[in-house]
Amino acid sequence: MLSYALKRLGIAAPTLFIVVSLSFFLMHMAPGGPFDADANLEPQVIENLKAAYDLDKPLVEQYIIYVGKVFEGDFGPSIIYQDRSVSQLIATGLPVSLRVGLSAIFIAALIGITLGITAALNQNKTTDYAVMAAAMTGIAVPSFVLAPLMTLIFGVILQMLPIATLEPSGSFARNFPALAPMTPYILPVIALAIPQIAVISRLTRGAMIEVLRQNYIRTARAKGLAEKRVVWRHALQAGLLPVVSYLGPAIAGIVTGAVVVESIFQLPGMGRFFIQGAINRDYPLVLGIVIIFASAIIIMNLLVDLLYGLLDPKVKLDA
Amino acid sequence: MAFFQAQRDAQIQLMDAAARVRGRSLWKDAAERFARNKAAMTGVVALSIIAIMSIIGPMISPHTLEDLAWDAIGLPPTFENSHWFGTDDTGRDMWVLTWYGARVSLTIGVMTTVIALSIGVAYGATAGYLGGRIDNAMMRFVDVIYALPLLFFIIILVTIFGRNIFLVFVAIGCVEWLTMARIVRGQTLSVKRKEYIEAALAAGVKTPTIVKRHVIPNVIGPVIVYVTLLVPTNILVESYLSFLGLGVQEPLTSWGVLISRGANALETAPWLLLIPATCLAITMFCFNFIGDGLRDALDPKDR
Repeated sequence: MLSYALKRLGIAAPTLFIVVSLSFFLMHMAPGGPFDADANLEPQVIENLKAAYDLDKPLVEQYIIYVGKVFEGDFGPSIIYQDRSVSQLIATGLPVSLRVGLSAIFIAALIGITLGITAALNQNKTTDYAVMAAAMTGIAVPSFVLAPLMTLIFGVILQMLPIATLEPSGSFARNFPALAPMTPYILPVIALAIPQIAVISRLTRGAMIEVLRQNYIRTARAKGLAEKRVVWRHALQAGLLPVVSYLGPAIAGIVTGAVVVESIFQLPGMGRFFIQGAINRDYPLVLGIVIIFASAIIIMNLLVDLLYGLLDPKVKLDA
Repeated sequence: MAFFQAQRDAQIQLMDAAARVRGRSLWKDAAERFARNKAAMTGVVALSIIAIMSIIGPMISPHTLEDLAWDAIGLPPTFENSHWFGTDDTGRDMWVLTWYGARVSLTIGVMTTVIALSIGVAYGATAGYLGGRIDNAMMRFVDVIYALPLLFFIIILVTIFGRNIFLVFVAIGCVEWLTMARIVRGQTLSVKRKEYIEAALAAGVKTPTIVKRHVIPNVIGPVIVYVTLLVPTNILVESYLSFLGLGVQEPLTSWGVLISRGANALETAPWLLLIPATCLAITMFCFNFIGDGLRDALDPKDR
């Protein structure tokens, strides 16, 4: 198990390095720079600005300076948000994104797995068809359609939940004051979670049906175990394996989905900084966010791999 | 001697009988199974209608893409003035816009999938066929980039290299080949070691014939299924980019562009969001139903 963990860690570190290098050279390879938009700047001013951000140096030197600083935890100054460093911007954006993203993945896993098991246990019955139809709809209707619709229904028409603000408001917050601080996050989390719920429930259903047909399940039933115990103890462990291995891509999906959802709900998270930074060629900001997001995805993938190693006895033999 | 003679006669008779019975090819079996799948067939029909409308839809309407109806701005869907899907906030006809958008979205979905298919099949087949250390290195590389937030790279690519529709094609296609490569490699590996390949080799069948008769038919099933699922994924990726204002640029339009514009006018003109979103959702449904149908039809496990 330990050697397996080390092996995965050995993949994670170079991956992160590749991310940093790839995004650095991609961003600097293109013609133009962050100061092109200000056409009426004096050439000398542009030169000075470039010198201040090390943009006048050869690309390789910039790269070495940048990587060195990143190792010290310094992502440099932001170019579009003046007087703020990228680390400061990340410090304001990351808590918002983390809250939304982690809640979404947790809810998606919980609801998705529950729905999937329910459908599998009622295979080819009405419940099964209803769950699968709902899941198909969740896959077919993307979050950037769902989010504006939910805003209109729950924010504008029903006045239940706050929209485009982190301040609690709306009837839900008034009726349940204890839950009021959560209200600004409810719609974004739902919008992010629904597509993943759809995929996870389909995966769980497929895997559970497959597992429930296995001989060892028949044996467990034949020796008179209660159906509950058969399902929860014997079938679920194997049935959840595909779901666990899907969690990696699901996390990546939620991270990228967060970009759109944060834009729609105007949440001051990392996604919005990323889009602003990319459009305005704010190299340090975009790189900093890519590094943070990639590390988050890589760390989560690592955890998922370890979880998989715990659940699947075959992995231990391979490692 | 008479005994052997009789046996030979019996054999000849059997072979004659076998020759008279028409063989059922696996493909024919799969096609029959697919045709019996109602959801998948509905998907095929609905998708064909959308594809045909994307071609002839704009021709049916008396309006054109450039027409700005100043007297009919923000009109809900109506039969008057033949604005069947209404008009947007600049007086453009939504019917025409929607079907032009369909053209762009479907083209992008198919083109990017072709790019992803070519890269993925070439890469996966090479890795699977060569095997050993090269395979290990090639697949490790795929593992590494698989863990990256690839959509971010697409966004960086399109923001810095200009928002050009061909760049969108290439960027999506170059990113979405990874899973294809994994599938093709896995299939190639497993087929390569199968007894029937060994048997064919032992019987002296030539390599091109083995590839044509044994390898391709056994590798292609999962690939076809994945292709039908990759097209809608890529349509979604393009819509996502266009929604952020990074994909297709005006005057060209796509469903993503229309949904993005509609989302901003949702309170006053909900049809601007609902019509393109419904078209997109129906297309997603169709591809997913067809994909599921193909999987059921081609998957040997359920036979």
